[in-house]
Amino acid sequence: MTKWHDYFQKQGTAPPWPYPVDYEKEYEIETDILVIGGGIAGCWAAISAARKGVRVALVEKGDTIRSGSGGPGCDHWCQCPANPHSKVDPDEWAKVMADNPGTMSELPKGAPKCSYGNGIGAQITCRENYDTLLEMEQMGGQIRDINDEYVGAEGRYDDTKFMFSPRTNPNHQTDLVLRVWGTNFKPALKRECQRLGVNIFDRVMVTGLLTEGGIQGARVIGAMGFNNRTGEFMIFRSKAVVLSAAGDFYMWMLDTEHAGCRQFRSRTATGDGLAMTWKAGAEHVLMERTIPLMLGTGYKHNWYGGAGDASYENLQLIDANGKKLPWPVQGWQDGGAMAPPPKVRESIRQGILKGEWALPFYGDFPAMPDIERNVTWNLMLGQESTTQIITSTYERAGFDPSRHLLQNYAFIEGETHSQWRTARGGGPVIDWDLKSTLDGLYVAGEQLYSHGDHSFAASTGRYAGRKAADYSRQVPESKISRDQVAQEKARIYAPIKRTSGIEWKELNAAIARTMQYFCSEFKTERLLNMGLDAMKEIEEVFVPRLYALDPHKLMRSIEDLSMLAHGQMVFSASLARKASSASLNFYRIDYPEVDPPAWNKYVTIRLENGKAISGELPVNYWGDMKANYEAHNRDYAGIYKGK
Amino acid sequence: MAQIKISALPNLTTPNTPVIFNPDICLGCNTCVNVCQIDVFIPNPDKGSPPIILHPDECWYCGCCVNDCLHPGAISFNWPLQQRGSWKDKITGKVMRDTV
Repeated sequence: MTKWHDYFQKQGTAPPWPYPVDYEKEYEIETDILVIGGGIAGCWAAISAARKGVRVALVEKGDTIRSGSGGPGCDHWCQCPANPHSKVDPDEWAKVMADNPGTMSELPKGAPKCSYGNGIGAQITCRENYDTLLEMEQMGGQIRDINDEYVGAEGRYDDTKFMFSPRTNPNHQTDLVLRVWGTNFKPALKRECQRLGVNIFDRVMVTGLLTEGGIQGARVIGAMGFNNRTGEFMIFRSKAVVLSAAGDFYMWMLDTEHAGCRQFRSRTATGDGLAMTWKAGAEHVLMERTIPLMLGTGYKHNWYGGAGDASYENLQLIDANGKKLPWPVQGWQDGGAMAPPPKVRESIRQGILKGEWALPFYGDFPAMPDIERNVTWNLMLGQESTTQIITSTYERAGFDPSRHLLQNYAFIEGETHSQWRTARGGGPVIDWDLKSTLDGLYVAGEQLYSHGDHSFAASTGRYAGRKAADYSRQVPESKISRDQVAQEKARIYAPIKRTSGIEWKELNAAIARTMQYFCSEFKTERLLNMGLDAMKEIEEVFVPRLYALDPHKLMRSIEDLSMLAHGQMVFSASLARKASSASLNFYRIDYPEVDPPAWNKYVTIRLENGKAISGELPVNYWGDMKANYEAHNRDYAGIYKGK
Repeated sequence: MAQIKISALPNLTTPNTPVIFNPDICLGCNTCVNVCQIDVFIPNPDKGSPPIILHPDECWYCGCCVNDCLHPGAISFNWPLQQRGSWKDKITGKVMRDTV
C-alpha cells in the first residue's frame, strides 16, 4: 500500500491529517537576523550571521536538510578564480561575468557584450567563493578526490587533489570550475546551522514582510508566515532580514500534474520573495527578462537524463548510425560548451532533413577512456542535483556506460520552442552590502538577478549574512504594526474559510495561460496591457473564490498569489522597456530595434500605492567593482578560523 | 455470477507513483517524509507502516527520499513511463528501455 487511493480502499476512509491543525494559533519570534529561505544561499547567510554572534532565525518551506534547488547535490563549483590553480585574476574574471551573464558556459573570448549581469554579485563570487568552498570542506563537504578514486583523470591536480571541469576552460586556460561531491553539502549546512544555534523553522512559508509602521517603502523589521503542516501563524520580529527565497519556475506551467517532471526546480520555487519585496515597495530590475523553457514540452530526461547536457562532460554525441556529430563534447578543446553555435545547429537541422544525420542521437560513453567515463558517470552525474537518482535507476535497469549508448533528446521533438517560459533573473536592486532599496532588507542567491548557480548562491548568502549582522548591531528594535499583521492574516487565511470554489491548481493554470498568451514570443503594448488586465481580473474576481482544504493546499494557494504578483511585475516591466533586447530575450514587435544604445540600461519598477512606478538605472551602476568591493570589505577576514 | 462491490473513486493524478515502498523492509521511520521538501508523503496513521503518497503530482523527482533512506530496499524510485530512459548496445545495436 503506497498511494492514497490504496489506503482509502482498504480503510474505507481517508487518512486523517497527520499534523495538529490550528489556524488561530499565533507565535511571535524575536531575533536579530531573519533569513527567508533555507536553500544554499539561506543556509550560508544564517551561518555567517551566526558566526558574528547575533541571533538568527532561518525559515524554510520544506526541510532545510534537502530543500532548495541545491538540496539534492552539486557537481560544479563554478567561477572560482581565487583557487590556487586558477589561471585568471579574480577581479578580471568578475568583469567577464558581469558582462556575459548568459554565456558563462561558453568561451569569453569574442562573446557578445550583453551586460545585465550582476556586477556586485559577480565580484563577491570571484573574491569569496573559494573561501566559501574551503569553509564547506571544514563543515564536512567533500571538495577533493581524497580517496584517490580518479587518479589520472584530466584536470586532477595530485598535490591538492582538486579536480577541474573543462567548463569555461578551453585547453586548461582557466581552471576555474571545480568538480565537487555536492550531495553531502546540504546536510552539512544544516548541521552547521544547528551547531551554531540558528533557530530553524522548517515547513514554514513566509508570506509577507513587516515594515516599520506597516508603511510601504519603510524599513523592513521582520516577516509573517504560516506553518504548512499545522496552519499556525508565525510572526518574526527582527532587526534585519536576508531574503534568499527561490525564483519562480511555475508561472508558465499550465500542466500542474506533470510540472515536476518538466522543471529543474521543486514545486516550492514560486517566487514568493519577489511578491513580498514588490508589496513592501522595493525597487526591482530585470523583471522583463524571460526565457523559453526547453524542458516545457517533455521530460527532465531531456536535460539531466538525456546524454549530452549539463554534467555529461567529455561525451561525444553520435547519430543513430554511429556517425560523430559536429557537437561540442563539453571537453577541454571546446571549453565545456554545451550546445553547438546557432550556425552549426542549423546545419545539423538541415542535415537531418536531408538524411545526413539519423535521429535519435546518442552519447557514446563506451568510446570514452575508462577514467573519464568514471568521472562523468560517477562523480559528475552521481553528485549533481537530481541526477544521482537518474543514474542509479538507469543502472538498476541494466544500463552499463562501458557498453551502452545513452539516448540524447536534441532535435527529436522538432526545433520550435514552445512558449513554456520561465522568468529569469529579475530581483531587487541591491548595493555593495547586498542591501535592497529598503533599509533592513538584504538579498542573496537566485533572487539577486543572478544566473542561479550554486557557488554564487553560497558566496552571496555568506556575504549578505555578515552584512546584515553588522547592520543589526546599529539599529534599535522596532514595533510591529498590528494592522499589517491583521491584514496579512485576513489575506492568507481567506481560502480556508471557503469549502468550494476554485482550487490552487486551476488558479495556477489560469495564471500560466495568461502568461503564455500575453507574455510570450510576440510582445506588443496591446498584448501586454491585455495581460495586465487579465491578471487584475484574476485577482479581483477569481482569487476571492480560492479555497483550500488543508494547510498544504493553503500553501499552494498562497504560492499562486505570489505568482500572480510576479506576473504583474513581469507585465509592468515589459511595458516599461520600449525596445527589444537580445540579451534579455525580450522582443517587442512594436519596438523592433534590438538593443538600441539609448535602452542600454536597467528598467526599474516598484509598487507605490497600488501603482507600478518605473524608472531606470545605468548598466554597471555599481561603479568600479574592485575598488568598491575593497572599500566595503576592509574588515573581511577570509575563511572561517574558529571551530 | 456474483456481483462485486467496488468504490467510486476519482481518477488518480498522473503520474501517481513516484516511489514504491517495500513493506517488508520499510519500518515507517519517516525519514523520507522529512527529507522531501514538498511533502509528497505523509506518515502512515498505522505506525511502523510505510508512508502514504499523498501529493504525487507535486514530486519533482529529486530522489532524496530514496538516496537518504536508512534501510536499503525499503523505497525504490519509479519513473513515470514517459520519463523512462532509453539506450542502445553499441555492439549489437539493440535498443533498450528502463522496464523495471
